[in-house]
Amino acid sequence: MSKKEKLNNKQVKENSDKNNKKAKKKSSSVDFKTVKRLLKYATGIYKFQFVVVIISIIVSSIANVMGIQFLQKLIDDYITPLMGQENPDLSNLFMAVVGMGVMYLVGITATYIYNRLMINISQGVLRQVREDMFNHMQSLPIKYFDTHAHGEIMSTYTNDVDTLRQMISQSIPQVFSSVVTMASILISMFTTNVYLTLIVLGMVVLMIFCARYLGGNGSKYFVKQQDDISKVNGYIEEMMSGQKVVKVFNHEEESKEKFDELNEELCDSSTQANMYANVLMPCIANIGNLGYVFVAIIGGMLSVNGILSIGSIAAFLQYIKAFTNPVSQVSQQMNSVIMALAGAERIFALIDEEPEVDDGYVTLVNAKMENGKLVETEERTGIWAWKHPHHDGRVTYTRLRGHVEFENVNFGYTPNKMVLHDITLEAKEGQKVSFVGATGAGKTTITNLINRFYDIQDGKIRYDGINVKKIKKKDLRKSLGMVLQDTSLFTGTVKDNIRYANLNASDEDVIKAAKLANADHFIRNLPDGYDTVISGSGEGLSQGQRQLLSIARAALYNPPVLILDEATSSIDTRTEQIVQKGMDELMKGRTVFVIAHRLSTIRNSELIMVLDHGRILERGNHKELMAKQGMYYALYTGKIEIE
Amino acid sequence: MIKKLASYIKEYKKASILTPIFVVLEVAMEVIIPMLMSKIIDVGIPNSDIKYILEIGILLTLSAIMSLAFGMLSGRFAAKASSGFAKNLRKGMFYKIQNFSFEDIDKFSTSSLITRLTTDVTNVQMAYMMIIRILIRGPVMLLAALFMAFSIDVRLSCVFLVSIPILGVALFYIAIKAHPNFERVFKKYDKLNEVVQENVGGIRVVKAYANEEHEEKKFEDVNNEVYNYFKKAEKIVAFNSPIMQFVVYFSVLIISWLGAKFIIGGTFQTGELSSLITYAWQILMSLMMLSMVFVMIIIAQSSAERIVEVIDQEPFIKNKKNPIKTIKDGSITFDHVSFAYSDEKDPNKFALQDINLEIKSGETIGIIGGTGSSKSSLVQLIPRLYDATKGTVKVGGVNVKDYDMESLRDEVSMVLQKNVLFSGTIAENLRWGNPNADDEELERVCKLAQADSFIQEFPDKYDTYIDQGGTNVSGGQRQRLCIARALLKKPKILILDDSTSAVDTKTDSYIRKAFREEIPNTTKIIIAQRVTSVEDCDRIIVMDEGKINGIGTSEELLKTNKIYQEVYNSQMKGGEDNE
Repeated sequence: MSKKEKLNNKQVKENSDKNNKKAKKKSSSVDFKTVKRLLKYATGIYKFQFVVVIISIIVSSIANVMGIQFLQKLIDDYITPLMGQENPDLSNLFMAVVGMGVMYLVGITATYIYNRLMINISQGVLRQVREDMFNHMQSLPIKYFDTHAHGEIMSTYTNDVDTLRQMISQSIPQVFSSVVTMASILISMFTTNVYLTLIVLGMVVLMIFCARYLGGNGSKYFVKQQDDISKVNGYIEEMMSGQKVVKVFNHEEESKEKFDELNEELCDSSTQANMYANVLMPCIANIGNLGYVFVAIIGGMLSVNGILSIGSIAAFLQYIKAFTNPVSQVSQQMNSVIMALAGAERIFALIDEEPEVDDGYVTLVNAKMENGKLVETEERTGIWAWKHPHHDGRVTYTRLRGHVEFENVNFGYTPNKMVLHDITLEAKEGQKVSFVGATGAGKTTITNLINRFYDIQDGKIRYDGINVKKIKKKDLRKSLGMVLQDTSLFTGTVKDNIRYANLNASDEDVIKAAKLANADHFIRNLPDGYDTVISGSGEGLSQGQRQLLSIARAALYNPPVLILDEATSSIDTRTEQIVQKGMDELMKGRTVFVIAHRLSTIRNSELIMVLDHGRILERGNHKELMAKQGMYYALYTGKIEIE
Repeated sequence: MIKKLASYIKEYKKASILTPIFVVLEVAMEVIIPMLMSKIIDVGIPNSDIKYILEIGILLTLSAIMSLAFGMLSGRFAAKASSGFAKNLRKGMFYKIQNFSFEDIDKFSTSSLITRLTTDVTNVQMAYMMIIRILIRGPVMLLAALFMAFSIDVRLSCVFLVSIPILGVALFYIAIKAHPNFERVFKKYDKLNEVVQENVGGIRVVKAYANEEHEEKKFEDVNNEVYNYFKKAEKIVAFNSPIMQFVVYFSVLIISWLGAKFIIGGTFQTGELSSLITYAWQILMSLMMLSMVFVMIIIAQSSAERIVEVIDQEPFIKNKKNPIKTIKDGSITFDHVSFAYSDEKDPNKFALQDINLEIKSGETIGIIGGTGSSKSSLVQLIPRLYDATKGTVKVGGVNVKDYDMESLRDEVSMVLQKNVLFSGTIAENLRWGNPNADDEELERVCKLAQADSFIQEFPDKYDTYIDQGGTNVSGGQRQRLCIARALLKKPKILILDDSTSAVDTKTDSYIRKAFREEIPNTTKIIIAQRVTSVEDCDRIIVMDEGKINGIGTSEELLKTNKIYQEVYNSQMKGGEDNE
């Protein structure tokens, strides 16, 4: 846990201590909102099925309760009158049994129907929830991913959705059916005997009290358990990722020590949580048993006085048995409901996250020249144009050239801490523009503004004369290629990974791009060549090889503007020499923004910007800057160093 | 497998044994209670014997209290035993992994080890609790209830002889049928997680290529697969409740019908009938429980297998018996060394081929070579992170396999290419090198590694908190901290595997100068991409495709070695190269 988090936790704890009562009230209302929203998912897609499920649960529960009543009827109405008769007529009795059998069959059918339909609903809801989450996530700004731990996002898809599945497919039907059962048993009890029912109700109050106490404590520890699990997970994750360092430093013993500590804590909370959960059942059951004894004694006395029939008592005792079951089932489900609701809240938090704003209306279209004018066309012509609809209904077309301008741009990741100050620059079509500066000077930030990974606070960025805010983000990004220092690969073949840039590219195009990036050679040396399956983490490929794939990707993308952010930092200089040829080929005729450590690679830029603390310190080409004898000169001659 | 897992119960054996004992006692009470109840109905009420009813009532109350006590105790011990068992399993695996060699870690992959330590252990924990509680409870309950039923009326109880096998077979058939379907679901789940993980990790690429829709499609496909497989699996399980209801209901009906006839015939009593039906429920419920546990065990089985795989993994590299604990000096010898990674399929493909090398103690060696030329593989053999496939590697004149690994690694300090800092303060991170180092010592090594100056600029200095993975310091700073950490060990051999790539050339040269002056007797091996980083080494090794292409001083190599010339020229032309 980082210090920040620790601090946060402390704060949260203090707050929760302070507003404990308030929070409790608040949380219950929040829970209710979450439940409502979940129900909406279920009723939204599967309204009809949902109604059928409710009816089926009611039918099934009633059949169950009728079965209990049946025993009393059987004894009182059919058995007792026939007792002692010489030649009893069993046909009525038989009919009663058959009637009950039919009722049971209806109940069983209903049980199957709701079980079966519940699968449609729960799986359907989960699929929808996952899809909503993922699709919404695609629309979130980069900032979201910067500020949320990836493990945390992942766990929403796994742990949280999983608890939700438990709740929808098991807890909800069970709680509902339990409530229906309890209600109908209670009605039957009242019709049998009011006083005995009151005893039962007293018992129920006791049960609820017990369940609340144990369940409340239990869920407290369950929450603590989840917390401890995530701590252990975090520690394991950190240690496993650094396992090789652990080995190199013989740090095994210390790492075990800390692990033992966390493991012990998890064991404690897990023991407590499970203990409360385990104890709950016998408690409820035995309160039921005690109630049974009371009813038996009082019922016995009543029957001695002739107030109550023996059949009634027998049935009543059955009712108590039947009544205890759903109560303990509901109380057992409470833990999973609490956990699931907490998960659902995290899921909805993700779905409610503010998406990337995109008010752009300028789009990128294929175009061709007709009579010296740009005309939109369906087929791929190799000529692209910005389609710009105006307020007055006019539509103008501007040819895509790759001309980028910054005008007095200010930017900060958080509003109160500016990272870039008053940046003005122009990259003409086909120019190579380079950024030089220390870590944190704002080089990467500038390039991230061009493709609108982040939105500027102040100033203007124009692309071919159009304010980038007017351009649809997707179309804007289609016109920009990016090769990043951190290459992201996806599980799949090498071919598919390169093709990520253009899903419709043919194999020949892919190979051509790989050749351009000088990746062809090493790819052919892989076990299955272009069809070698690589994992997302790119295990087995060196950092340099991954960068080559990333460059091949950009080559296939074929954009008019290219951003190279330390694209060759992990490639050894000899390979870089060879790649450089390909890169030069790749850069030909394009506007290129380059960030590079090695000044020798950017010497031939048309424009070099020296950045320092978010400001442009110097600008010009190599010759001009050298003549200036300023910072660039000092850097180039090794008088000062950049970190 | 079970035996192996069972050996991790250890100190929780007592709780594990007490749980079933209390479960049995609890079940005994649960069986006695309906019997006493039927006495009230059959004897007390018809005879209007209030005293008798009270007597039995007191007995019943006592039984209920005892049942409660036993129930609570068994629940308590079950929780303790299963949580403890899980703790021991995690501990056992974690300790085992600490003994893994690099090859073992490569084999399992980090993410899979994490899943095994967490999700899989949780599955086994739940299954274990089920086993010691319900797997005992089910059969005991079944037998006890069956016994009671038969003692009430043998004729009617014969119904169970038909219904139990029917239900049992049906439920177990469902469980077996469902299992492969669930396994398939879990596999698809893995795939789904992978898609999400890669998407989150590569979101910049996704957005840069405007491939959101492609990603959505990818996710939709696997999401649908999960949906379909899950539905298929659950469809089978959906028969559970109706089948069980069917058997229970009709057993009850038959018992009622026959029971009624017997009552009318005078050979049976109403109270007995209601007890018998209670037992019928108990019998069939216990079967239901058993089938539930059965499903859980089947699911946990694959988790258990994955755990045992880790526990059973024999580390590729182990200490020899009576290993040597002292290392004479920092000399290194490679004698006809070839090396292949164990996951290499092609037996003729070696990462290193026939390496012969003599390095004197105190020498400074530079290694240079292209991407994939096996520079790292070469140096990783020295602290025995991997074992040579052929030939021998000697340190201080002794085969590295003869040393105690801890002693060897204490003397051979290595800064890995993939530098990792851990969450904690800078001082805590540095003390990995030597837990007993005092503050002056920390400052000294940091000055050596040219890290002191920037550390002093942080507001909290050496107490500055490093985030996980060291993301809150720059790459160059991270590398210098890692070098300082390695220096703190005061090793006889220091290996830097491309560990100054993000450090500028001037600082880099200061570091090397400090090395020369402050630790002259330490053998230093420096892997670098920059010629300037190795130029002033005593000797430079040029690696190419797993072989030594040339050895010598920079001047010698400039004359004789083509690769070195190429690299040198590419970096040195046009004045001083810069970072």
